[in-house]
Amino acid sequence: MSEQVKKFLYVNRKAPYGTIYAQESLEVVLIGAAFDQDVSMAFLDDGVFQLTKGQDTKGIGLKNFSATFRALGDYEVTKLYVEKESLDERGLTLDDLQNIEYEDEDDDYAEKPSIRLVSRAEMADVMAEQDVVLSF
Amino acid sequence: MKFGIVVSEGPYTHQASDSAYNFVKAALAKGHEVSRVFFYHDGVNVGTRLSIPPQDDRQIQEQWTALAKEHDLDLVICIAAAQRRGLLDQNEADRQGKDANNIAEGFRISGLGQLIEMGIQADRTITFGD
Repeated sequence: MSEQVKKFLYVNRKAPYGTIYAQESLEVVLIGAAFDQDVSMAFLDDGVFQLTKGQDTKGIGLKNFSATFRALGDYEVTKLYVEKESLDERGLTLDDLQNIEYEDEDDDYAEKPSIRLVSRAEMADVMAEQDVVLSF
Repeated sequence: MKFGIVVSEGPYTHQASDSAYNFVKAALAKGHEVSRVFFYHDGVNVGTRLSIPPQDDRQIQEQWTALAKEHDLDLVICIAAAQRRGLLDQNEADRQGKDANNIAEGFRISGLGQLIEMGIQADRTITFGD
């Protein structure tokens, strides 16, 4: 749609339920995918809970949208940066997160992990190299 | 400098829309350009003309409407967020079979694509939120 390509980073800081931020963040990411920009997502603070596996929202009457994260590869959203310290502080490890993969079209469509574990310092570097940072 | 502004919290509960308003005013006074203000999450509630704040308080919606008029600002309310929260223009009210609209003068309702487009076109995108 646009000739200009910018680096967009969507920063997710909140738990998936309790507030609407996570859900409305995903809506922006999915719409934004149509604009062919260089998209990354960051998950830090309680935002790391958004990626946990085995989410069950029946008891709270909210829509479980966690499966959407596994579809992000189809939208060419393949860089999900997860902050290690945020996981550690919450007693979580990568094993607690969903397996999210994308097909690398430059490598014979090999399935590769979308989640990239980074330290807090590395996350700062990721943010510093962006053109547009939208925080949720 | 061309700024794009995101307001992501509702009026009065949060100071976000006040800070955004003050920033936009100051930026314009310094000769900068504000290409768009995009209202998302509860920020869409800034655009209702049916709010009645106490008279001795600031009138947030009226402030934005006046600023938009003075500087020809593009105040965009996200349609998906607005539908959830009951913010409608006449077109949407007709389309959805609702009996009224409540959007204030100077605001328009449009899609999330306007947020991405703003990010692409602006030199800096600044979010006022929580």
